[in-house]
Amino acid sequence: MITSLAAEKLACVRGERRVFADLDFHVAAGQALVVEGANGVGKTSLLRLIAGFLPPASGRVTLNTDRGAISDGEERGRLVGWLGHQDGIKPQLSVGEQLEFFAQLYGARDVIGPLLERVGLSRQRDFPCRYLSAGQKKRLGLARLIVSGRGLWLLDEPLAALDTAGRALTAELMSAHCAAGGIVIAATHDALGLEARSLRLEAA
Amino acid sequence: MSGPFASLLSRDLRLAARSGGGAALALAFFALVATLVPLGVGSDLHLLSRIAGGVLWVGAVLAALLSLDRLYQGDFDDGSLDLIALSPLSLEQVALAKLLAHWLSTGLPLTLLSPLLALLFGLSGQGTWALFVSLLIGTPAVSAVGAIGASLTLSLKRGGLILPLIVLPLLAPAVIFGAGAVSGALDHLSNGALGLLSAFSVAAVLLSPFAAAACVRLNLAG
Repeated sequence: MITSLAAEKLACVRGERRVFADLDFHVAAGQALVVEGANGVGKTSLLRLIAGFLPPASGRVTLNTDRGAISDGEERGRLVGWLGHQDGIKPQLSVGEQLEFFAQLYGARDVIGPLLERVGLSRQRDFPCRYLSAGQKKRLGLARLIVSGRGLWLLDEPLAALDTAGRALTAELMSAHCAAGGIVIAATHDALGLEARSLRLEAA
Repeated sequence: MSGPFASLLSRDLRLAARSGGGAALALAFFALVATLVPLGVGSDLHLLSRIAGGVLWVGAVLAALLSLDRLYQGDFDDGSLDLIALSPLSLEQVALAKLLAHWLSTGLPLTLLSPLLALLFGLSGQGTWALFVSLLIGTPAVSAVGAIGASLTLSLKRGGLILPLIVLPLLAPAVIFGAGAVSGALDHLSNGALGLLSAFSVAAVLLSPFAAAACVRLNLAG
């Protein structure tokens, strides 16, 4: 169980360029944080940094759990549910195969059927993913996020390509996740449709 | 089969078998090369059987090279590698699963096909057996060394072009010992080539997951 996420004096350098520096924030379990800022200000870099893909140039990210604090990147990644701006979907696999693979990979015991029902893809279960629209791929990404069973959700532009109903569904899933004691950190330009604190990144 | 490791392995095998997976492509390439050489060299069976080991080994290595870019590149480009990296598997386990999947979908079929292609070269029974065994032992090393190259060139644009330049020199020992085992069998000599090939293969397979995992880590941070 995650209790909170804290960043102290976080700095990120990509190439030779300093993206952001001296970033401090704190998110408690059950809260959502929206990361805002102009294009190229480092929203995706911040998410990759929290997920443990990128080592911070300085400062640190600490994930507090009931089993102690985790500041190692890869260990932190084991608690992360990821929805990136790349869909991570193989065109050759069917929707059902895709989701079953991730359920097994993440050691989840969820049944796929109800989950596809929830995101509105149950009719497409046997469709090869190459026939999915961008919005449907996003919905599959949401199903994958739920099946991961992870406490810390990192979402990069979660609302892009989704229709009105899809946006409402995303907001509903995020609220439910927070209500269950999870943390949501989303980088977005749109209104998420749920109560969230905001973190504004400025060019360093 | 269940569990994260098995699920990644079976998914990679499934992708290799589906359209665009490249498993069939590598086999067809190997068969074509092995067919063209006798056509080009002529019908001197003595000459053909002498060069069979070398030609088929080089053909198998090149064929395996063709399918290397699907090992990590596809998953890197569409973001799947991010999701796999966050799974309960360590990146070393991921690299081992991918290495195994590549060998099962490329190296093993190439090995199984080789006795048939040896017929085109008039290779003797003993020579064919030596070729088969050397490929069985040596192709895991091809996948292992290839995996290091494939993970190293992930974030390069058109990295597939530079991949053979990195991988081929490193595979020289496999080709030398593999072809050496075949000519040893033809001359009824025990030249120790199979032993050296086994040692090379074991070392490559043991080291590769660690090297590939380090390269993947580097590229995910890039």
